[in-house]
Amino acid sequence: MSRLKTVFSKLKGRRCALIPFITGGDPAASVTAPLMHALVRAGADALEVGMPFSDPMADGPAIQMGHQRALAQGVTTQAVLQMVADFRRDDETTPVILMGYVNPVETMGYDVFARRSSEAGVDGVILVDLPPEEAQVWRAAASGVGLDTIFLLAPTTTRDRMARISAASSGFLYYVALKGVTGAGHLDIGEVEAKIASVRAVTGLPVGVGFGIRDAESAAQLAKVADAVIVGSAIVERIAQAAGPDEAVRNAAAFVRSLRSALPTREASPV
Amino acid sequence: MSYDQPDERGHFGVYGGQFVAETLMGPLALLTEAYENARRDPAFQAELAADFKDYIGRPSPLYWARRLSAEVGGARIYLKREDLNHTGAHKVNNTIGQALLAKRMGKKRLIAETGAGQHGVATATVAARLGLSCAIYMGAEDIARQAPNVRRMRLLGAEVVSVTLGSRTLKDAMNEAMRDWATTVDDTFYVIGSVSGPHPYPMMVRDFQAVIGREARAQILEQEGRLPEALVACVGGGSNAMGLFYAFLEDRGVALYGVEAAGAGLDSGRHAAPLTTGAGRGVLHGTRSYLMFDGDGQISGTHSISAGLDYPGVGPEHAWLKDSGRAHYVAVDDKAALAAFHRLTRLEGILPALESSHALAYAEELAVKLGPKAAIVVNLSGRGDKDVETVAAHEGTVSCHG
Repeated sequence: MSRLKTVFSKLKGRRCALIPFITGGDPAASVTAPLMHALVRAGADALEVGMPFSDPMADGPAIQMGHQRALAQGVTTQAVLQMVADFRRDDETTPVILMGYVNPVETMGYDVFARRSSEAGVDGVILVDLPPEEAQVWRAAASGVGLDTIFLLAPTTTRDRMARISAASSGFLYYVALKGVTGAGHLDIGEVEAKIASVRAVTGLPVGVGFGIRDAESAAQLAKVADAVIVGSAIVERIAQAAGPDEAVRNAAAFVRSLRSALPTREASPV
Repeated sequence: MSYDQPDERGHFGVYGGQFVAETLMGPLALLTEAYENARRDPAFQAELAADFKDYIGRPSPLYWARRLSAEVGGARIYLKREDLNHTGAHKVNNTIGQALLAKRMGKKRLIAETGAGQHGVATATVAARLGLSCAIYMGAEDIARQAPNVRRMRLLGAEVVSVTLGSRTLKDAMNEAMRDWATTVDDTFYVIGSVSGPHPYPMMVRDFQAVIGREARAQILEQEGRLPEALVACVGGGSNAMGLFYAFLEDRGVALYGVEAAGAGLDSGRHAAPLTTGAGRGVLHGTRSYLMFDGDGQISGTHSISAGLDYPGVGPEHAWLKDSGRAHYVAVDDKAALAAFHRLTRLEGILPALESSHALAYAEELAVKLGPKAAIVVNLSGRGDKDVETVAAHEGTVSCHG
């Protein structure tokens, strides 16, 4: 069973999974693997690692700056794969999902990227600007090495499309909680709850929710309806504000701990 | 066989498509449907035709530049005078079309990216006319070098948003406009200014700009009694070139030349010529095309004296036309473009935009090659008033003897 499946089946009916996002190589390449371990110790169930891109169009200012900091140090897609491999040496179980944009992946080549990701211990990949319509080659490359292809759903996604996206996805479905970019401040919890119900009607996959979850309170509320909550910008901001790498790791871990302790546990399956 | 690009999902061969975050896929489907309906609606076409005539001042003249042709000593050079359009460039052909579509879709707000500011001005203009609110995204570097256009946009009631991340030019302005659109998509229409971006934009912008070539084809037939040997147009994203070329695509005897910015020189690496250099093929801003990026797929910084050409990508239809051999792509550097700027100004009394000056520089070279029996049509895509300060700053003096 894949690491993602294991985590979701272990938590099913008990608790929503917590997936923190960090940008690979932010604040420094050598910090990423230790930071990933610290987040796992703080309660992360899986990790999402951003692959830096010069033009991250779906990201708000916090993650844009994270990408720029990483790129300024020469962090490449290959370097991020190495960071995951470093993490994997000491953690065999926590799923790692890469999130990035398609041009660096195409530049490496879909097959090469898929193979190297799999060898590094990556479990799933989200390519933000590659909708399923353009993803046939990528999906074939990923499934060939057992990588999950995680596609996004958005508030603007029609019901028909949801079913098609679900059919192209594996691992879980990522519901984008708001119209906008990562880290935006206009999350409407009630609307997301309603939308997730309609997503469940067309999929048997676990449903993760991300974009705009900025604090423990909103994470806890969405945890009642989602199988995973993904928190990115609020963590990346704490990394940016730290005086140095050690403080960045401490602050990010403390924040993830607070998110985790706010997540409600369930006695019985709510579904 | 007739030319029928793109396919229904917006592909020009392997190029084009829709490479955007999921949030924009639904809105792009709605836009595609609205555009297909409008395109077939005689009322929409009639409204567009009326605006072309009475608001823009079309048809724009096709002008035989006699003194320039004589000085160059070769083919007769004709200028398609898009600089005489309202707002001073070809950009307004497209913004009128998209704004009418926005109104039809019930949108209340227009947003746009701009490099040289011409597309921003053209968008702010139609927003004012239709009573829509308007925000224009512009790189901080471009705001500094195109100050007159920034003032014009503000006078027209648009908010000009300075983009300070990344390379602070057109590419970053487009990133930021896309972020705005993903957030405001219910009431906002994104007016893309070039034949770039996700489907249906490359097709839709081409269709609105195609009036340039339709007119030019009829005008040259009237003036010369035959088709020209060649067409020449500058290419940043490539909308004025696509607009000129489109009506001639099946006239196989007419050579098509797109002129990119060689900046400080193709060898310097400081240019904006993805087609000419045959750089990589990649994905940026929703489309697959020729693109400048490094070994890790990170988009390269570009350089051109002309803000409107300072872009690492190019419209997907140009990529298709290059690969198919139908069009040829060449590059002209800053220095040659400046020289052409001065020559046209002094010989014909026409100040060309620095963007269009790239096309002029290549047309002069081509005119010599083709000889005095030939005729060439150059798209004079915009006027150069906006560039007066850039030219002066570049030459370290305001006055200049020819």
